[in-house]
Amino acid sequence: MGRKLLIHNDKVPGINTYEVYRAHGGYASVEKALKTMQPDQITEEVKKSGLRGRGGAGFPTGMKWSFLAKPEGVPRYLVCNADESEPGTFKDRYLMEKIPHALIEGMITSSYALGARTSYIYIRGEYFYVARILEQAIAEAYAAGWLGNNILGTGFSHDCHVQVGGGAYICGEETALLESLEGKRGNPRIKPPFPAVAGLYGCPTVVNNVETIAAVVPIVNMGGDEYAKIGVGKSTGTKLISASGHLNKPGVYEIELGITVEEFIYSEEYCGGIRNGKKLKAVVAGGSSVPILPTELILKTAKGEPRLMTYESLSDGGFITGTMLGSGGFIAMDEDTSIVKNLFTFSRFYHHESCGQCSPCREGTGWMEKILQKFLNGTANESDVDLLWDIQSKIEGKTICPLGEAAAWPVAAAIRHFKQEFIDIARNKKFVDISHYDRLNKLVRA
Amino acid sequence: MSGSQVHGAQPFDKAKRAEIAFSEEAMKTVQTIISHYPEGKQKSALLPVLHIAQAEFGGWLSPETMDYVASVLKIRPVEVFEVASFYTMFNLKPVGKCVLEVCQTSSCWLNGAEDIVKYIEKKLNIHVGETTKDGMFTLKVAECLGSCGTAPMMQCGASFHENLTYEKVDNILESYRSAGKQRSYTDLDYKNTL
Repeated sequence: MGRKLLIHNDKVPGINTYEVYRAHGGYASVEKALKTMQPDQITEEVKKSGLRGRGGAGFPTGMKWSFLAKPEGVPRYLVCNADESEPGTFKDRYLMEKIPHALIEGMITSSYALGARTSYIYIRGEYFYVARILEQAIAEAYAAGWLGNNILGTGFSHDCHVQVGGGAYICGEETALLESLEGKRGNPRIKPPFPAVAGLYGCPTVVNNVETIAAVVPIVNMGGDEYAKIGVGKSTGTKLISASGHLNKPGVYEIELGITVEEFIYSEEYCGGIRNGKKLKAVVAGGSSVPILPTELILKTAKGEPRLMTYESLSDGGFITGTMLGSGGFIAMDEDTSIVKNLFTFSRFYHHESCGQCSPCREGTGWMEKILQKFLNGTANESDVDLLWDIQSKIEGKTICPLGEAAAWPVAAAIRHFKQEFIDIARNKKFVDISHYDRLNKLVRA
Repeated sequence: MSGSQVHGAQPFDKAKRAEIAFSEEAMKTVQTIISHYPEGKQKSALLPVLHIAQAEFGGWLSPETMDYVASVLKIRPVEVFEVASFYTMFNLKPVGKCVLEVCQTSSCWLNGAEDIVKYIEKKLNIHVGETTKDGMFTLKVAECLGSCGTAPMMQCGASFHENLTYEKVDNILESYRSAGKQRSYTDLDYKNTL
């Protein structure tokens, strides 16, 4: 059994309530931090822990915190990015719904480290009911004296609020999120200045993912060095993985970074293999934006080494033969799955979610969706594969925010690894969705 | 501040605008939300307040409603419209009492979302984007709603309906129909199955 630090108590009845959470050692990190540590010491522990941003980019959290500007007399903010919208990702929802106090505790401890008097949890609007759960937890935390003025008599005061979004993937990009939090359209800002210097209301701001903030709790409790002992190399600690697709046991799993991909897919402790005795065809390992890999490359690197669930191992081979850990949105597809159709659902998604600021993304995502629609209609030509490649190559690196790349990478990877599927459809002038019968079976059986 | 400055597809009705006001309870919630932000930054409350307005005033944001929200937050009507038209959760046209949003992105598609959409279309005799004649249901498709491990799924108001089967869809539609009330994202009586 792997070690769990974030959702080890998820099956405890009533863990969503303050009493039960507290009885299981909750809020110990706030006590320890406020009573025995200086704010900078916490940042040091987070640095030592090697914790990397769990939202997708994997940037070292301690370093991000140390960039925060601290001019006199200017408020600083901590903003939690709970705008979880990357297709294939639902771990933050699970954590917030099951153990809301884990996030609130992390918010208080992290805010103390950063010197933030006020923090906001920006949660995607579709998770409205989860926002209710968080609001309830916040009210309980106020009542118990963990939020408000002069917490634990230490002189540290903090307020934490939840804000719901309006349904826009782009607001998961940190500067778009800040715009949205200010009551505007979610158009990403040009960086620099980075939020650490000019973020919310132009003030120094740290934006961290839900899981990242929740991980600060065990780091403060056990110490950064102890946390860093878990994992492999620069991939330290545990990570929540959202497993979905054609798996026997889809769901949210907390893994120690460093287990093999094979173990994650096939062991009974985790996903329990592929449904209906089918073979695995491909995996999107870190949310829709990361390159899709065929079975042979997801289980083993190009060098023939077992592929590990770590930042480094998954990206081994670059984008030619590797992928990324990303947000941990792990989508497995069986042998009957049409890669072209799956890619179409991704491209339709990015077209829908492009904010429209930058032409390469606004227009490119639309063209990619249209061309893929031609494949599904059976009207595509072989040259359309090259056209698709050409378009994706002209988006990457030419936009304000990474949504452009996120839209381009899956297209590039699908063509790189499954080009024959595109060509076959173009030659036959016909698209047959053979995975259809399996899905119907599941619907009838369930 | 008032008037026809909101440039939507819908006409602006001054008489209707004069009748719009939050209930006392809703106004209290709005004031609480505004208090979460620093002095002068009340515009930050726009998204949450639009959700409340949509729930209060018939499930969609009419030009009159948006104009009213602008007056409450002391911002220009166009600042409301540009936001309302950006985010997918805000309806700028009238909708049915229950808006069914079926997720169609990868994991949901892999698990039969298309079949669910077709099934609902046939059952309700409408296409995606349409509303039933009795004004009860509007069918929409949505992009990833964060329910990939429990696919296929659909959202209605605050409720997530997951691991859908045809039979489940039957039961859900029946329960909404017999309750007969408008469903909103702000509802407190949500159901979820995670």
